[in-house]
Amino acid sequence: MISEGYTNKNSFAYQLDPRVKIVAVFFFSVIVAVSNRFVALSAALTLALCIVMLAKVSPKEFVRRLIPVNIFILFLWIFLPFSTQGKPLLAIAGLVATYEGVTYAAQITIKSNAIMAALIVLISSTPILTLGHALHELKVPQKLIHLFFFTYRYIHVIHREYLRLLNAMKVRAFNPGTNMHTYKTFAHLVGMLLVRSSDRAERVHNAMLCRNFTGRLYSLKHFSFNRTDCLSLFVTLSLIAALGLLEWTRIM
Amino acid sequence: MHISEGVLSPSILVAGAALTTAGVAIGLKHIDQKDIPTVGILSAAFFVASLVHVPLGPISVHLILNGLLGFILGWKAFPAILVGLTLQALLFQYGGITTLGVNTLNMALPAVTCYYFFGRVVRNNSGRLGFSIAAFACGCCAVLLSGILVALSLYLTGDAFLLAAKVAVAAHLPVMLIEGLLTAACTLFLRRVKPELLEGQYAQKL
Repeated sequence: MISEGYTNKNSFAYQLDPRVKIVAVFFFSVIVAVSNRFVALSAALTLALCIVMLAKVSPKEFVRRLIPVNIFILFLWIFLPFSTQGKPLLAIAGLVATYEGVTYAAQITIKSNAIMAALIVLISSTPILTLGHALHELKVPQKLIHLFFFTYRYIHVIHREYLRLLNAMKVRAFNPGTNMHTYKTFAHLVGMLLVRSSDRAERVHNAMLCRNFTGRLYSLKHFSFNRTDCLSLFVTLSLIAALGLLEWTRIM
Repeated sequence: MHISEGVLSPSILVAGAALTTAGVAIGLKHIDQKDIPTVGILSAAFFVASLVHVPLGPISVHLILNGLLGFILGWKAFPAILVGLTLQALLFQYGGITTLGVNTLNMALPAVTCYYFFGRVVRNNSGRLGFSIAAFACGCCAVLLSGILVALSLYLTGDAFLLAAKVAVAAHLPVMLIEGLLTAACTLFLRRVKPELLEGQYAQKL
């Protein structure tokens, strides 16, 4: 089921201005994505984990959200140690894993998890609609924001519609398998979903025209940029800059 | 397949983000302010369609349907996919912020390409057989191109990814057939039930 699952309204991160969070997470992700040195990457991962603790993300939630990334990482671990040229580390069934390959894979693992941890803090402390408003304030094109709102609003509605159609199929003893009948049925399911959605879109559009929709959405949410926000932005940006220094000046 | 954070090299990330920005800009130009509810609801429908799992032998694969999306939305597929992937990153943590550009490009470029290659068949109102073949090819090619783009972005990051890239393409091959079949069946269904959905995109050009 599609759910946001954000919690903890008393946490420090929840009360922060969402714009600050977006800017901080964005710069953090960019810096980590271009970093390569282990010192910088481990520092980034530590920093991200500290923020996760500060934001009081529940450990269960945190681990659950890290699963998709690590599945992809696991996929890379199967290949990278063997396909990188370098000093041999160990041989399994004629395949040679190299030292460089393992380091490379480890590097990617730390990188991905650090970036993801930061993103998880952002998600678990900010409702998605608030993120949309914040992106709007950050001057992301208006049309894109509207599209974002509409898509998000209707995902739930259409998902319910999908479950309803699926139930109807089950009631009629539909038993999916690897055959033409299954594929055709699913194709018709998707087709019906599209037909219903486009009908709904037309109704929604007409309803909006009745209410004087001219293509502008007015946000009732106003963010205030207070002293705590200012301070947090300053602290996080300087920490991110420190990560950059670790990467490029080779202090350590 | 979503490429996750921290894997690709900076130059690939920047190139992906730049091309996606261009694509989204063109896409947004095609969207009139007043079309936004329609495009939004259709991209929500595609988001939900991508949650549909169909069985394939012992495993099940989820639908991508970027070919169909290109068929129906044309250039608008770029912003629609961008929004869809952003929501997937936020809700399910597939992909992420820095890879958003590359992932969007990998999905949306095939969609737009297929729209140009196969869209004409829809417009020309050809016979049932030609129509099904074009729709099948559209679904197939979109997924195949996506697979190749994913492999290419991995391979261009480093030679070490060559093997993983090959496997990524190979994994897309069976999915490609299923996508082709589903796209064909789905467009035939739409042609019978709601042809204006298929022609909406082309009507303005006639």
